[in-house]
Amino acid sequence: MKKSVFLGAVAAAALSAGVASAATLDDVKARGELLCGSNTGLTGFGAPDANGNWVGFDVSLCRAVAAAVLGDPAKVKFVPTTGETRFTALASGEVDLLVRNSTWTYSRDTDLKFDFVAVNYYDGQGFMVKKDLGVSSAKELDGATVCIQTGTTTELNLADFFKFNNISYTPVTVQDDSEAQRQYLAGACDAYTTDASGLAASRATMADPENHIILPEIISKEPLGPAVRHGDNQWGDVVRWTFYALLIAEEKGITKANIEEVAASSTDPEVRRLLGLEGDAGVMMGLDNNWAKNAIAANGNYGEIFEANIGTATPIGLARGLNALWTQGGLQYAPPLR
Amino acid sequence: MAMASEAPKDGFRLSMLIYDTRFRSFTIQVIVLILVLLGIAWLVDNTIANLAAKDKDINFGFLWNRAGYDIEQQLIPYTNDSTHGRAAIIGLLNTLVVAFWGCIFATIIGVFAGVLRLSKNWLVGRLMTVYVEAFRNVPLLLWIIVVFVVTSETAPQPKDFKVTADMVQNGTEPAAQKLLFDTVAITNRGWNIPAPLFERPLGVLHLGSVPVNLSFLAILAVVVGSILVNRAIRRKARLVQEDIGIRPVTWWKSLAVLVLPVVLLLFALGFHLDIPAFPTDENGVSKGFNFQGGILVMHSFTALLIALSLYTGAFIAEAVRGGVMAISRGQTEAAYALGLRPGRTMNLIILPQALRVIIPPLISQYLNLTKNTSLGIAVSYLDLRGTLGGITLNQTGRELECMLLMMLIYLTISLLISSLMNAFNSAVKLKER
Repeated sequence: MKKSVFLGAVAAAALSAGVASAATLDDVKARGELLCGSNTGLTGFGAPDANGNWVGFDVSLCRAVAAAVLGDPAKVKFVPTTGETRFTALASGEVDLLVRNSTWTYSRDTDLKFDFVAVNYYDGQGFMVKKDLGVSSAKELDGATVCIQTGTTTELNLADFFKFNNISYTPVTVQDDSEAQRQYLAGACDAYTTDASGLAASRATMADPENHIILPEIISKEPLGPAVRHGDNQWGDVVRWTFYALLIAEEKGITKANIEEVAASSTDPEVRRLLGLEGDAGVMMGLDNNWAKNAIAANGNYGEIFEANIGTATPIGLARGLNALWTQGGLQYAPPLR
Repeated sequence: MAMASEAPKDGFRLSMLIYDTRFRSFTIQVIVLILVLLGIAWLVDNTIANLAAKDKDINFGFLWNRAGYDIEQQLIPYTNDSTHGRAAIIGLLNTLVVAFWGCIFATIIGVFAGVLRLSKNWLVGRLMTVYVEAFRNVPLLLWIIVVFVVTSETAPQPKDFKVTADMVQNGTEPAAQKLLFDTVAITNRGWNIPAPLFERPLGVLHLGSVPVNLSFLAILAVVVGSILVNRAIRRKARLVQEDIGIRPVTWWKSLAVLVLPVVLLLFALGFHLDIPAFPTDENGVSKGFNFQGGILVMHSFTALLIALSLYTGAFIAEAVRGGVMAISRGQTEAAYALGLRPGRTMNLIILPQALRVIIPPLISQYLNLTKNTSLGIAVSYLDLRGTLGGITLNQTGRELECMLLMMLIYLTISLLISSLMNAFNSAVKLKER
């Protein structure tokens, strides 16, 4: 009798422990800090700078979310995750949000129980080789040794690509980007494959970027985006609309510099809704009405974040391409805010 | 009147469970057992509740799904169309092959280092002390990475072995050359060694999905047969020696029995070596990225093997030294008194007795080595941890299942090793009658 009561209490405690982690938004507000899963260090996307501050394209989205939820872009704790540990970290609640150039795939969405709430970078897998290898197409890589990061979709795409083209390769499976770079530069592999944006970021940090080329073949679709746990729709909405707010801001020409001016003078109803001057957009989501204003003020709009971290003016030098706004021939499109 | 400890009349009371020494230990055991079981029940229940909260279940069905990734080192055939289960077996075999050779090399190194550390030669003794202390006191992971970086970065790149059009024109040689009569190439990726090939092979027997090469089985059978015949010859020679006091000359018979059958069989099978080389075009200009043919032993394997052997060897050296020192000094003195030289004293008198002391710690060193192979992921060696606990875990998202399975497999390997070694231990231990 006593034993069964005790067991029941234990089971109840266990159950309540399981349920407690469901409302991420409340947890983040109570904690006063956003836990953001980031890369262990990929220049341009997410890496600490010389002063130890995290900067980058993905990092800026985390800061925007922190600004929207907590009103302060600095209230983020970045948790570096490898390709292998990132999903476990998210599933176990170690991070609230994963913004770490992770590809949105069917199995991650359904079987792994995550929600990719948006696509902040449309990417594809490419190959980087040394110029003196004399290779101009990925199909000439028959018999080559290829460095590949473990735990990524690129691992599977690589096997598929070589199989489909009926050529062979030797994989060298490495843990993270820095080890892949070391092995690639030491000549332990002929080619390094990962997302084309990642290749550009790696090349930018090399001593001799001009001696390395990224081959023209893009062998896969890699929609990279922020991921949250499945089933917490409110939190998913917060992250999704924070990202869309940055897109709408670019569309409407709201920048970090002119946001106060626009807020004071704009008569555009969508801008006024976005900046919390009209309606209750923030309250509907469980935030205050300044959420989007704070998010945009943190690091500017989507276009500003892109250009500042990975754009053509930076060493990484990525063109907007697919990531231009829909009005400029790209795929970045935000639903109407109303 | 003096009746000793008369049994209480009022029978059993609850307080006796604590105050009566007859029951107390039993009570404590029951309570502890209940607490342990409750703890386990809580863990299991918590796991199930949390998995349910995340809408996940425990399901091993993924083991039969297509893996979709490639593995560089495979002892049995595997492609990316194979299942996750087969990928796990590939990983397991990679673990076992490192563990097997690691245990052998570590034992050899350990026995030599342990005995030499006791040497009267000052320099040899100190050198062995330096070796043991250096390897015992630096984390294994660092040794693995050091060995890997040294072996891979000091060797030339495969392209340095290539003959370019300019070289053909000018008659110059490539920057790097193969070793051992142009048969072995050491590159920064691994060792390209010749592979044995047969022109007239006996075929392949398929046991389930594992192919067994009959040619190798035949060679193995002939070698074992030769060794048995050789033993018979030597036994006969010993009988003759015991009988008439003169040992008949047997070395040429042994040589013939050991060598001739194998050579004849290899000849019959059409044995030749497949030497690694770059494919060339009609002008002799090399093409491709890597050596073709032969066997590529990756540096990740050799580095892991070397580091594990040296590291565990240092611990085994200490066990051996302890075992040798446990044998009483009188044994050595008695052997010297009989006129045995120091080397034979060690081999015939000391080591066989020391073995009894050495084997129990040796078992735990073998277990350590086997478990430490999981550090291979640091140098991209895809063992069980790299396949089942790495890529499969990640691609399927079945963390709990993969971890449980991996723990179960490591546990099984360890129990197997320790039961084998325990059997060996009871065979050599002092028989007391």
